[in-house]
Order: sequence, then C-alpha cells, then structure tokens
Amino acid sequence: MLPTRSPRRTHETAEFWDACAQGRLLLPRCDDCHQYIWYPRLFCPHCASSNVRYTEVSGRGSVYSFTIVRKGSGPYKEHAPYVIAYVELAEGPRIMTNVVGMAADDVHVGMAVRVVFEPAGDTDAIPRFTPT
Amino acid sequence: MSLRGTAFIAGAYEHPRRDIPDRTIPQIHAEVAVGALADAGLTMADVDAYYCAGDAPGFGPISMAEYLGLRCRTYDSTETGGSSYLVHVGHAAAMIKAGHASVALITLAGTPRNGGAQPGSSGAAPAPESEFENLWGATIVAHYALAAQRHMYEFGTTGAQLAEIKVAASLHAQHNPHAFLRDVVTVEEVLASPLVADPLHRLDCCVVTDGGGALVVVSPEIAATLPRRSVKLLGQGEAAKDTNRGRIDLSYTGAVWSGPRAFAEAGVTPADIDYASIYDSFTITVLVTLEDLGFCEKGQGGRFVMDGGLVAPFGRLPFNTDGGGLCNNHPANRGGMTKVIEAVRQLRGEAHPAVQVPNCHLALAHGTGGALGTRMMSSTLILGQPDA
Repeated sequence: MLPTRSPRRTHETAEFWDACAQGRLLLPRCDDCHQYIWYPRLFCPHCASSNVRYTEVSGRGSVYSFTIVRKGSGPYKEHAPYVIAYVELAEGPRIMTNVVGMAADDVHVGMAVRVVFEPAGDTDAIPRFTPT
Repeated sequence: MSLRGTAFIAGAYEHPRRDIPDRTIPQIHAEVAVGALADAGLTMADVDAYYCAGDAPGFGPISMAEYLGLRCRTYDSTETGGSSYLVHVGHAAAMIKAGHASVALITLAGTPRNGGAQPGSSGAAPAPESEFENLWGATIVAHYALAAQRHMYEFGTTGAQLAEIKVAASLHAQHNPHAFLRDVVTVEEVLASPLVADPLHRLDCCVVTDGGGALVVVSPEIAATLPRRSVKLLGQGEAAKDTNRGRIDLSYTGAVWSGPRAFAEAGVTPADIDYASIYDSFTITVLVTLEDLGFCEKGQGGRFVMDGGLVAPFGRLPFNTDGGGLCNNHPANRGGMTKVIEAVRQLRGEAHPAVQVPNCHLALAHGTGGALGTRMMSSTLILGQPDA
C-alpha cells in the first residue's frame, strides 16, 4: 500500500475526513445554488454562500489525467513508480488522488474508477481510486 | 489608465554564477542590485521604490531594504512565485505613473543548490487545499506532468514535440558562457533521458541553480537622462488561474488572460513580436503558454515548435536566447527575472551575436508562478524600443 497518514482536520474539513474513516465519500454542496464544491470548504465559490452542507456521493468517476511518478520524495520515495491522477467524479468535480490496484503502465485517460478507502493512522482512512 | 510608455527598464543584471556556496542570500540580492543599478548608470541613493518576492529572507522588503541601506517611498512584496518579477515591473510602472516613485529596484536571489529553499517549498501556513493534494505524493514535476498528459490526450501532442523545445534552448545555451548546461542535445537524447513523471523526462525539466537577478524600472524623465538605451514598457497583464471551483481544466494557463491584457495595453498583436522569453520550468510550460498567448491555435503548440520554430535568430518565434531555465539559469527556482533580463538584452541588441534577433523592435516576456497542475499566476510584459 502507498503511504498514508492521518489527515489534518480543520473546522471546515473534519466532517469530510470523519466520513472517510467510515468508508463514505462526501462532497460539500451549496444549499443556495446546489453546486458541488471541491476542494472541501464551508464556503461556496460559485455563489459566495455559507449555506454549505456535506452530501454523500457515488464515489464513481473516470481518469481526467494522470502521471506515473518515477522519482518520489518523502514517504513516497521508496514507492515509485506510483500513479497520481485527477479523477472526474460523476457529480462533476475533478479531484487529485492516487490510482491503485493495477499496474501503473495500464492506467489511461478516460478509464472508469471507483473510490476505495485505505487505512490511515489508527482510525482514519483516505480516498484513493481503483478500476471498476 | 494605461501603463503604455509610463516606465522604462533602464537596468538589468543576471548573476553570472550558478552554484554559490560562499554567499548568503541577502549578499546575492545586494550583488545583483548593485549590478543592475550600475547597468542603468544609477546608484543605491537614487532608488525610491523597492520590490522583492518570497525568495527574500526575513521580513521581505523591510529586511532587505535595511540590509541594502535603502530609504524608499514605496515597497512591495507581491509574491506570485516565479512570475513575481514581471508583476513587480507592472506595479512599479503604476506607482511611477502615480508619481509615487521614479526609480524602482526589483531583486531576486536564492541558493537551492546549497541549502536554500527547495523547489515548490514555502514557509507559509498550510494552504486550505493542502490536505487534498499533499497526501498523494505529488511532486513539482508531477504537477506539470498531469498537464502534459492531458495535452497529449486532447491534442495529440508528442514527447518528441516537447523535446524540440529543449533542443532549441540547448542550441541557444551553447553560446552562453554562464549557462549551467551548454551541451547541444537532440530530440532522441531528450526522449532517452529517464522519465521523472510520465510523460516528462529529465531533460524536459529546468535546471536547479543558485543565483539571482535584478531590474531597474524608471520614469520616462529619468530614462531620458541615462547613458544607456532603456527598454520601454508597452503593456503588462497578470492573471491567476486555479482549479476553477473544482472543475480544473488542464489544457490552458493564466496566459489566456494575462496575454490579451498585455497585448491590448501595448496596442500590438502576437504577430508583431520579434522575440519572446517564455517561462520554461518544463517544456510543457512553454508549449501551452505559446498557445495561450496566441502565437498559435489551441492544440497546435506541438506543430509550432517543430522544425526549429523557436530557434534564433531565424525561427518563426525566437525564444529564450540565453538558454532559458531549461539550460541556462532558473535562480531560486524562479525563472521570471531572467526572462525579463534576456528580453532587455535582445531589445538593446546585446544578446550573443549568434542568437541576436535582427532589428528586434518588440519583445514579450512571460512568467508562470505556481504549477500548471493546480494553480498559478501568469504575467505577461510587452517591451519595445524607445520609439515603439
């Protein structure tokens, strides 16, 4: 497994990470303009509203772009090659993540993926994506 | 309000060294400040405006002004990464136009080869997006590789086309005795160099160098009194481009906005430009920026750079004739300063004779601070001869 650690929570992001720990993917969504928001925050960059709530989403999407990192750094140094990707979620946002569970050389743009939660720290989990 | 003709670049200086274990960062700021002022025919006592960015130590312009012994009327520490110094030129021109300054000094220095700040690092508080990007092992190269991969997918751009950009830079760098890399390379050699983050190879990446540079921006009245030829500021644009509320589009940069703003202010078009300094942290940075500035259609950057399109003096758009960040210098991991300096050399007719563009009347300099894969600040300058 690629390196994981407990994410640092803020007042704005604790609900997101708590849900990840339970195996659920949430996105913030604006109660006024109904747009999904990424990265997680309790402010809507679409309409400047603070009426933002976390909503559970499908966890399905496709690879928008990716790279195979051949020379990692820090905790990833020993794990190269590994894949970093932008995954376009079915709900719209494109989020940065890792694609795991397959050979790096077989990853391609447009590939269908779904979220998997990998254990982090004692009780947390972080969302990565794997082929459907 | 327009900045056209309100300010002139009267002095420019690039530190000659690329590996500087025996100087502090403030010392290098001071060396380049003195160098640029001497180039302009001015002294530290003439400076009434001072600009520096995130590479400056301590309290930024306050610490550096104290170190240098400056007493100015205005200070500015606008930090937009590698594009900061192009932004500073525009902001200095606005203050000159407002009557708050007449001689502005802009400095950059750093020593990443000798324990200075590393690429992509920052001492600031964590950004609100950081936990959603830092958990995945992203490197600075990976951020640009994501953009390169998407460009290849959408437009059919190839690794060989990206390599052409490095080849052109190396053809220029062979004439620069200070360049960090002076060997001419081929497309095949670029493609045979190790992949760092697919599809970017080691030779698609800029150099890591110590060093620095400085600019002196003056009012038209001061410029008229100086012995050296000054370069006229015709237009400046700046624009941040980010993840677009979560729907990032990796196919373009902030140059799609900074470029048209600068061209409109200057009253010229891309076809009028004789020489361009294009930010070249990676080869993909150049390719996308050329499209975004309007030198070719979106998606046609790969074709534009082929067949020696960027090679001075006779390519369709001679670029980075000092060897750029890809071969010459990328001091403190910030390439914007050296982009302006080489444009000044071209407009003064002081580039190396092998790469000097004949009758260089209009030049463009472009900076990209941040990363193509996430967020950036783009800044474009249009510069010209005094009669432009």
